[in-house]
Amino acid sequence: MTEAAVRLVSVTKDFGAVRAVDGVDLSLAGGEFFSLLGPSGSGKTTLLRLVAGFERPTTGRVELSGREVTALPPHRRDVRTVFQDYALFPHMSVEQNVAYALMVRGVRKAERLARAREALATVRLDGFGPRRPAELSGGQRQRVALARALVDRPAVLLLDEPLGALDLSLRRRMQTELKELQRTTGITFLLVTHDQEEALTMSDRVAVVSDGRIEQIGPPVEVYERPATAFVAGFMGTTNLLRGAAARRVVGRPGTFSIRPERIRLADLAEPPAEGERTVTGRVADIVHAGAHTRFTIALPHDDRLTVIRQNLAGLPPSVRPDAEIRLLWDHDDAFPLPS
Amino acid sequence: MRAPTARPAQDPGPAEGPPPRPAPSPGARPAPGPRAAARLRLAARLRLAALLGPPLLWLTLAYLGSLAVLLVSAFWTTDSFTSDVVRTWTTDNLHELLTTPVYRTIALRTVSIAIAVTLIDAVLALPMAFFMARVAGRRWRRPLLVAVLTPLWAGYLVKAYAWRVMLGHDGVLNRTLAPLGLHGPGYGTTAVVVVLAYLWLPYMILPVYAALERIPERTLEASADLGAGPWRTLRSIVLPAARPALLAGSVFTFSLSLGDYLTVQIVGGKTQLIGNVIASQVTLDLPMAAALSAVPVVLIVCYLAAVRRAGALDSL
Repeated sequence: MTEAAVRLVSVTKDFGAVRAVDGVDLSLAGGEFFSLLGPSGSGKTTLLRLVAGFERPTTGRVELSGREVTALPPHRRDVRTVFQDYALFPHMSVEQNVAYALMVRGVRKAERLARAREALATVRLDGFGPRRPAELSGGQRQRVALARALVDRPAVLLLDEPLGALDLSLRRRMQTELKELQRTTGITFLLVTHDQEEALTMSDRVAVVSDGRIEQIGPPVEVYERPATAFVAGFMGTTNLLRGAAARRVVGRPGTFSIRPERIRLADLAEPPAEGERTVTGRVADIVHAGAHTRFTIALPHDDRLTVIRQNLAGLPPSVRPDAEIRLLWDHDDAFPLPS
Repeated sequence: MRAPTARPAQDPGPAEGPPPRPAPSPGARPAPGPRAAARLRLAARLRLAALLGPPLLWLTLAYLGSLAVLLVSAFWTTDSFTSDVVRTWTTDNLHELLTTPVYRTIALRTVSIAIAVTLIDAVLALPMAFFMARVAGRRWRRPLLVAVLTPLWAGYLVKAYAWRVMLGHDGVLNRTLAPLGLHGPGYGTTAVVVVLAYLWLPYMILPVYAALERIPERTLEASADLGAGPWRTLRSIVLPAARPALLAGSVFTFSLSLGDYLTVQIVGGKTQLIGNVIASQVTLDLPMAAALSAVPVVLIVCYLAAVRRAGALDSL
């Protein structure tokens, strides 16, 4: 790993009596696609604004490419931000918006127009240059904001919930395009999102943020499969959290455990567990059909409940009907222990 | 207000199409025919006419009418012995206005003063409005707004005479400057510019303040994010956003300065502006005064046309 593109060292940020960021250490490698994932109010946007320079940390240090920038204003940092509401300049044409960073740096007009057109082409907006932002759709504005931020090849691109305002299908398409853009430009991307699917599909690494702290950092698969805390397990998709007596009854061991609902198999009561499998029996309390998969809620004795998600393939055991008694099976290793 | 209108005014609902339910009056049929619908439409028109008629009539007669009379009387003349208006058609007044050097000098001076006042107000209003809109916290914004607004409610004469006292030979200004070996401008053109700029400043600050307050914080952040320092952001983002408001404010400062004649009398010393010339001519030579009044009217119309071309009136 080369020198960190972005580094936060024990960064804390207070707003009055509220601590928005609480002792965060973070290091992004050059060319990495990194996501800050967390619920709203978790402090992830504040972290982004600390990197951009819109906020100064109360304590701690911010470094970009090995250089300390803690006290530098935003315009003297080599990072660009794509804002949630895009923040395009309404009195300028699309071209002028995109060329703004070049104009500020004193690039000659002919050259900056050429480079603005080039940047617009990379986001597939050729020919939109003379229009005003007000004449564009949400998705197009989003692309303009991207082109504007990428036009002079910053070292780091910060994206603050950039797809939040787009509809689902457009969001999916933009996810792919963003990832592609990051791969081809080699620019370090720092994405802030509350959408775990977005973080999982695009990122090289994810940091799950809660209450101003980082709960876990790692590749998406690892964070999903091996959550470090109960919060991470609950926030990354759905999970069955089992603690205390419930853990002893269901998992058969003391402690706190997370079992992903897609890891649990539904079977007839008569089916015996295989080697290394844990099994319990319960009653089908609820069946929710959700397109590609179905979600079952199984009521166990002592009021324990397990959620099971099953792809809608053929081969559902005939006994799985509302109120039927059925058997649940899972691998011992799929009950993932968490720190209590 | 009581509406002494006839029965149809009480019919419910809009006049377009069939009414949603039959009218409760005994004479109404369950489904009104085309004639009833036409009667309802007529009633709506009458109500609209009753509502808008008086103010429109007032505006046309009192305002545009008097303006028309003014312009027409510019083509009349006076009896040189009795000073009575003689209603014979002549262009002598306009001819005199355009050929007498003193009128040209006065008109030019008036326009220069109006431009100076407008520029001074723009230069003063921008930082003040910017501070109020973007820098001052909630706690400061309100007192500052009050400080800008209250002078508008104080009497015009009071403010002008206050300046007369301050600018006087033994006034506060001269006494303050005396230890430094300086003295104030005294009464004259400079004093007129200063006092007019003071009087009309709120008319410039308020629209600019409103415009600057509307700039989203994100827009300024985006500018900084793209590498622009504070001055570049001011020039490329803040000023373009404030431009329509500056132009709108300048319509006030410019037109109010053009028409002023009291301030000149109070602090202007011997300075003559179009306003006082008109005022002094009114009793002596009404047609000439009317011809002179056409000058500011034409200037304002030209100015408004220019401002409109610049796009400042688009949001009206």
